[in-house]
Amino acid sequence: MAIKIKLFANFRDGRGKIVEMDYTPGMTGQDVIDDLGITAPEIAAVIVDGVDGKVDAMLAVPIKEDGYIAIFPPVAGG
Amino acid sequence: MFGYMGKILRVNLTTNAITTEDLDFELAKKYIGGRGLGTKLYMDEVDPKIDPFAAENKIVIINGPLSGTATPTGGRYMVVTKSPLTGCIASSNSGGEWGAYLKYAGYDAVIIEGKASLPVYINIDEEKVEILPALDVWGKLVTEASDILREKQPGSKVMTIGPAGEKLSQMAAIMNENDRTAGRSGVGAVMGSKNLKAITVKGNLKPEIADAEALKAVTKECRALLKENGVTGGGLPTYGTAVLVNIINEHGVYPTNNFQGGVDPDAEAVSGETMTEKYLIKRNPCHHCPIGCGRWVKSEHSPDGIGGPEYETLWVFAGDLGINDMDVVIDANYWCNELGLDTISAGATLAAAMELYQRGFITDEILADDIALKFGNPESVVHWLKKMGNREGFGDLLARGSYRLADFFGVPEYSMSVKKQDIPAYDPRGIQGMGLQYATSNRGGCHVRGYLISPEILGLPEKLDRFDLAGKEVWAKAFQDLTAVIDSLGLCLFTSFAMGAQNYADMINEVLGTKWSADEVMLAGERIWNLEKLFNLEAGITKADDTLPPRLLNEPMPEGPTKGWVHKLDELLPLYYKERGWDEDGIPTEERLKKLGLL
Ligand code: SF4
Repeated sequence: MAIKIKLFANFRDGRGKIVEMDYTPGMTGQDVIDDLGITAPEIAAVIVDGVDGKVDAMLAVPIKEDGYIAIFPPVAGG
Repeated sequence: MFGYMGKILRVNLTTNAITTEDLDFELAKKYIGGRGLGTKLYMDEVDPKIDPFAAENKIVIINGPLSGTATPTGGRYMVVTKSPLTGCIASSNSGGEWGAYLKYAGYDAVIIEGKASLPVYINIDEEKVEILPALDVWGKLVTEASDILREKQPGSKVMTIGPAGEKLSQMAAIMNENDRTAGRSGVGAVMGSKNLKAITVKGNLKPEIADAEALKAVTKECRALLKENGVTGGGLPTYGTAVLVNIINEHGVYPTNNFQGGVDPDAEAVSGETMTEKYLIKRNPCHHCPIGCGRWVKSEHSPDGIGGPEYETLWVFAGDLGINDMDVVIDANYWCNELGLDTISAGATLAAAMELYQRGFITDEILADDIALKFGNPESVVHWLKKMGNREGFGDLLARGSYRLADFFGVPEYSMSVKKQDIPAYDPRGIQGMGLQYATSNRGGCHVRGYLISPEILGLPEKLDRFDLAGKEVWAKAFQDLTAVIDSLGLCLFTSFAMGAQNYADMINEVLGTKWSADEVMLAGERIWNLEKLFNLEAGITKADDTLPPRLLNEPMPEGPTKGWVHKLDELLPLYYKERGWDEDGIPTEERLKKLGLL
């Protein structure tokens, strides 16, 4: 099984829009970003399987077996 | 007098009288400028019960004490009048260069009164101010009218209305530099009602600065903050506001088909990433702006490109209409700019019309078999925008905005508006604080009166639980008050992604020679908010108007990460009134008004 990693804005540079990663039980967003070479301070927002929250907390949440994580750098507008 | 030019220009279009008055420095400091001082000047002269289209109504066009200084983004101006769309106070803001040029011409504000008997424009060239015939530009689209006027007044910046303003559409905007917009609340129609097509402005004067050296240092510091910040130094310059499409959609608060849904699986097609990759030619920054969120994009309308759409425009002509085609959005944005229409309200009116069509209120017979106003029909968009802007056929009804349209069919609940002004781009069911801010905004449905998307979605300055109600009334008040300050200074709201109240206080102090603390700055913001509230109360707006469309209060979001949620306004509103020091009917108490110096 694989999980889906959705990347946005400059996180796509050199990585693409969506990256698939083999699922290992208990894997978290922290494992994902370590693998992608992204550090937590670069991240502004994280959604794990449809749930958002503070970045540090969300990076510690286990991702579901067929789940996804969405990772955003600082973006804004209005 | 530091910061201000010290002069107000008054132009009476009935009598052709052109006069100047000294600015009261103490009054100016109390209400800052822009939105605050403009509202004060307007309220001192106009009865809040006035018909917005009456000749006796006035328009205050005003910059801020930081406009035209070296401070970052100091080029903005505000248009204050009574809104023909909402019946509330309208203060509509625009970037570009025009606001700074009004200052270079030597004025802090222009007050326009009366009504011309034939179409005119006002030319301001420092002390030379003239009312000139505009018959040759009346009826013309914005770019053509602006080009003609620029040729007549070389070196001038042009603000003008389009056909929508001339024909009194309640959604008419005022355009400057062709593609910058004082968009909301129908201010363009008030100009049109006075037979005033345009104002051209130029000059070479500069405001005096209390401590120019200290201002240089503070400005440098603020510019550094903007550069280092991930949003103002990274996300916005690279992707523009369009970068929001994906993040808002991923949170399930990206309204689709007139807020019937909250997720669009194809939103990527109109995202900031797609725009940057396939459409962007260059950035299109406003005066003295180091951020440069404005886009210049490819279009069939010009080989050199045209001004590109903002996030809210992308959303409204894509997700909200069930269409996901960047070319359609760029085209719709172009036509709104040319016709002088507010993109948010124009698009939201099409969305409401499409839902009325879906539910059988609008029929092919009513449309005289013209192009169907159907969700997902790209051909309908520009076709009906043109009819809306020119008030042709059924377009005449569309030109009145979504509320009046839906009300005409006896179902105003299908208008996704607050106080008859359409709410943009963010579904409040999944952003509880933002919903409270929408409901209480003094100019009706609006995202830039207190952008709670920052903490609730984007994690700025800290991430809040978007569903949790706790403390949201405190955040709403703080954001609303700070926004009122920034709008009054003449700066862009986007600076607040990197700067706080103390930074603004520092800039004000060096320009004006004041010694304001951050708390005093926030108090000035609260004063301005309450002043606007007092206008609305006298205009007949009540607690019953501080609400959201019934759908958002009663129909749970059907899908996505916000599934099952409604907005809990009835719980938040009393807390908000209390936080503001208002009574349970939302009326400011005597005690609070005294504290704010409003009694
Ligand atoms: S950030 Fe964007 S809207 Fe604000 S002043 Fe700069 S270019 Fe204009």
